[in-house]
Amino acid sequence: MTDMTQPAKKDGTGAGRGAVEVPAARRESLVPGTPLLEVDDLHIEFHTRDGVAKAVNGVSYSVSAGETLAVLGESGSGKSVTAQAIMGILDMPPGRITAGSVRFRGEDLLTMTPRARRAVRGRKIAMIFQDALSSLNPVLSVGYQLGEMFRVHEGAGRKEAREKAVELMERVRIPAARQRVDDYPHQFSGGMRQRIMIAMALALQPDLIIADEPTTALDVTVQAQVMDLLAELQAEFNMGLILITHDLGVVADVADKIAVMYAGRIVETAPVHELYARPAHPYTRGLLNSIPRLDQKGQSLYAIQGLPPSLLRIPDGCAFNPRCDRAQDVCRTELPRLVPVLDAQGADLPGRRSACHFWKETLHG
Amino acid sequence: MAEPILEVKELVKHYPLTQGIVFKRQVGAVRAVDGVSFELAKGETLGIVGESGCGKSTLAKVLMNLEKATSGQVLFKGEDITRLSGAGLKAVRRNIQMVFQDPYTSLNPRMTVGDIIGEPFEIHPEVAPKGDRRKAVQDLLDVVGLNPEYINRYPHQFSGGQRQRIGIARGLALKPEIIICDEPVSALDVSVQAQVINLLEQLQNDFQLSYMFIAHDLSIVRHISDRVGVMYLGTMVEIGTEEEIYSHPTHPYTQALLSAVPVPDPTGREQRERILLSGDIPSPANPPSGCRFRTRCWKAEERCSTEVPLLAVPAALSGAAAHESACHFAEVRDVIGTG
Repeated sequence: MTDMTQPAKKDGTGAGRGAVEVPAARRESLVPGTPLLEVDDLHIEFHTRDGVAKAVNGVSYSVSAGETLAVLGESGSGKSVTAQAIMGILDMPPGRITAGSVRFRGEDLLTMTPRARRAVRGRKIAMIFQDALSSLNPVLSVGYQLGEMFRVHEGAGRKEAREKAVELMERVRIPAARQRVDDYPHQFSGGMRQRIMIAMALALQPDLIIADEPTTALDVTVQAQVMDLLAELQAEFNMGLILITHDLGVVADVADKIAVMYAGRIVETAPVHELYARPAHPYTRGLLNSIPRLDQKGQSLYAIQGLPPSLLRIPDGCAFNPRCDRAQDVCRTELPRLVPVLDAQGADLPGRRSACHFWKETLHG
Repeated sequence: MAEPILEVKELVKHYPLTQGIVFKRQVGAVRAVDGVSFELAKGETLGIVGESGCGKSTLAKVLMNLEKATSGQVLFKGEDITRLSGAGLKAVRRNIQMVFQDPYTSLNPRMTVGDIIGEPFEIHPEVAPKGDRRKAVQDLLDVVGLNPEYINRYPHQFSGGQRQRIGIARGLALKPEIIICDEPVSALDVSVQAQVINLLEQLQNDFQLSYMFIAHDLSIVRHISDRVGVMYLGTMVEIGTEEEIYSHPTHPYTQALLSAVPVPDPTGREQRERILLSGDIPSPANPPSGCRFRTRCWKAEERCSTEVPLLAVPAALSGAAAHESACHFAEVRDVIGTG
């Protein structure tokens, strides 16, 4: 026990002590809209038996305080790998970051020393995982696991950590928190476990939370409870939130802006309302058309033909071209860049970008 | 409605809870399915929705006779299949097939696609004589949109969507009249889900199939179903046509479920009515007395804890609202804004 807290205390008195004071001050001095986190031209590949899998191929996005960015994509699109690189929990090897930078408040996380990185992880940037049952340690009580955040990062004593764990559990509205603090993860329902994950992410009041499919394993009524809680806490602490999901419904409910990923690239970014109203990339449009609606029965569904590509063999040109009904010769040879999108009069549409040679036709045609 | 092909009457499946090692005694039961009745007509799709633990998958297993029913009847063309065994059961099972949720675990990794799809013919040789089997399997592959040349490949060589097509081909092999689909698309990517849904619809038209479509995704269920049943804690709380259930729901649980679905359209997200249920689904080993939903219901009164509401058309309601609903205080509330 002492062995565990000792280095953590040092951390707390060294770089950490100052860091505890700074966020509040910084938070105030931060101009609204200035990015909290900027990912720039990130490339990640995995060396596998069958060759090099290019999971992320030049991803750039940014999040500001109080803002929710939804990263939307199917399995294998690179959305989770990007998040793992930001958190510094990417398995390396087999993973390798070959280019790019991740700047948090202007500092590049990728070139930091492991110790400096540890001070950011959990304290400034926290993560919520999809599967709470496998993310929590089954042989430790939830109170112990929540308290660990305070013991390790802030050098709190056992009693104090337990008290703070109870406070956190009350904060995420777990009923009878004081009685349940010594319960084990299996004694909680799926929704309650996800609340505990949220509590753990919130423990040190981070500036940014990355939520990787936070409600995918939950039932709809519980999903609604958890998403509401997350949105409320985000507003209260003015946190930035990166929401990684494949669910177009969840995105529409909570996001401010959206980045759509396909085969390791961002193919479209837009403010949430505009993306749903007028997509500027054929993949986004196809996705929106392929989901059935709740409020009407509708006819036959539009289906995007084919399958997402293997990351070992991403097609030349636009990665989406074999599945696109608009594809021309240029799409098979030339990689479309993520360019700003203009409206019919030629005026700039703020925040909107598309990586399609034919974005004009897709948007206006 | 056309002649029902499948009739389910007061179906019950309890799993006993026992205590003691040498002298086992029953101390209770998990009431997974507790008195469910419905009908399925020829060529019709009945959607079953509900949260995890509501008994929808157990219901599917009992209908297939993979689990023995505790009590109640499942009538296939008038014949009670819960009483059948041996040759009689084998004959009926040919007509009811199943497509499972997870195409990654429901296909044997050591068998080729040809063997997987052809295996039903080993059990029912009368459907395809020995010499014709390879041809029959290739036809099936073609029907579900896979290249017939893939017959000698193994499951791991296919993507999730393609594997689900293999599962569907296996389900079709014996030319059944009913296919029970248990969450057939929930393991698939969004862009692939639509392909599989369209395939299922096309097969239904081509072969006059009846589907029982179990899923938790309410939008997909509305899209594919003619009628929809809503389950909660082992009981059917509301059943009706897709229009009746989605646009004129009368049971509070159905209303809460529908209002909680995230709609992929951000316009008016602030105005959208949301019914947030508190708490979790109670344990089916110890369900609440009276109405099972009363512990989470905002309408609950004294009567709800003493009197079990029956699944019947509420006398006070008319028009599209007049469909079966198991609530003492059933009334229409449009929660998804269809007007």
